[in-house]
Amino acid sequence: MSESLFDRIGGEAAVNAAVELFYRKVLEDYRINRFFDKTNMEEQITKQKAFFTMAFGGPNTYTGGDMRNVHARLVKMGLDDSHFDAVMEHLGATLVELKVPADLIGEAAAIAESVRPDVLGK
Amino acid sequence: MTKLHIGEESFNCQDDESVLDALLRQDVDVSFACKKGTCHSCMLRCTDGKPSKKSQANLKDTLQRQNYFLSCLCIPEQDMSVKLPEQSELFSEGKVVVNEMLNRNTILLIVECHDVLEYFAGQFVNLQREDGLTRSYSISNTPQESKTLEFHIRRLPGGKFSEWVQDHLKVDDLISVSEPQGHCFYIPERKDEGILLVGTGTGLAPLAGILTDALSHGHSGPIHLFHGSSEQEDLYRIDEMRQLSEQYANFSYTPCISGEQVPEGFEKGRANAVALAKEPNLKGWRVFLCGHPEMVSQMKTQAFLKGASLDDIYTDAFHLSAE
Repeated sequence: MSESLFDRIGGEAAVNAAVELFYRKVLEDYRINRFFDKTNMEEQITKQKAFFTMAFGGPNTYTGGDMRNVHARLVKMGLDDSHFDAVMEHLGATLVELKVPADLIGEAAAIAESVRPDVLGK
Repeated sequence: MTKLHIGEESFNCQDDESVLDALLRQDVDVSFACKKGTCHSCMLRCTDGKPSKKSQANLKDTLQRQNYFLSCLCIPEQDMSVKLPEQSELFSEGKVVVNEMLNRNTILLIVECHDVLEYFAGQFVNLQREDGLTRSYSISNTPQESKTLEFHIRRLPGGKFSEWVQDHLKVDDLISVSEPQGHCFYIPERKDEGILLVGTGTGLAPLAGILTDALSHGHSGPIHLFHGSSEQEDLYRIDEMRQLSEQYANFSYTPCISGEQVPEGFEKGRANAVALAKEPNLKGWRVFLCGHPEMVSQMKTQAFLKGASLDDIYTDAFHLSAE
């Protein structure tokens, strides 16, 4: 059996490293930082970890319905494709910075891309 | 097979079974979610024995030091005693040795206490009056040497506990002291790297303790303390901190006043704003933030954006009791 993307990319250690870089990029991005609560970092970090674990195809318990529910409030605030694109941009840049091989970045991006309709409530 | 002890009860843990699975199988109510070490909701504390390396690998260093571990990742290598988060607190008896004012509204309370080896400067304890009235206060000294715990208590108008401490609690009176809590303390590692301490009001208490601890461990990296309040009269230990900054070349002290009256020797502005303006880059720094909840939460994000790693930011937000 071939190793999962999650394991090939470096498992939880990779998630932790990615979250720091990614979250800093997101908070500094005026296009999207209003969608991220800046007051409760612990909770945010937990969410980012869950996001990366999902993007790496790792163990996560999210369903499409959950994705819709947790993002519904943001969709009301105007969350659309352009914001999703920005997040994808930061995801890619984070993984490049961590020197993740391009083919694995491609796999992670494809997984993240697959939840776009649920996140945007389409 | 190993044994897990919780209080008076014992549970079996089979080979290759995690502590969490073993407890759940035997109907112990432990909160959990991911079972993969990501969510940390199943974190327990080991009071005897040793948690596996893997179960502590991703925890904050100060939590590791206190033997916290993730029960979902821990396959015990030996018998362990563990403590569930909701288990009731143990209190021990302390005796008041000093009760005096540090400034117009801050009380210095020193309590003599046995068995303070596991208490670290910067952690907090719950102090309890005979009738059960309880408040949390930070430890402002390094208790190991003196066998005493020092607290800075802000006297609040109508504050039940602080009024009682000032008006009724006397030297030689007894007071109940809980076990230490919180992960805001100094660990003697990375001694050549920077430490940023930012506090408002009695937020100086944990920070002064952490400072003493770091200096006594020979910390050689820069240590920058910013203490803020709206008026000069609400700051305290100013001379003591200035003296320390003369004594230790790597320590700097900046008292900040956010109100209008700013005498010479003080910086105008909020402590976190002054600190941010003075520290260009916090990469590799440990950051301790104590005091006003809003300051703590804002500064946490700002310190992170200035390069401090999340694992290196330690916070203690002081919430007023609604009771």
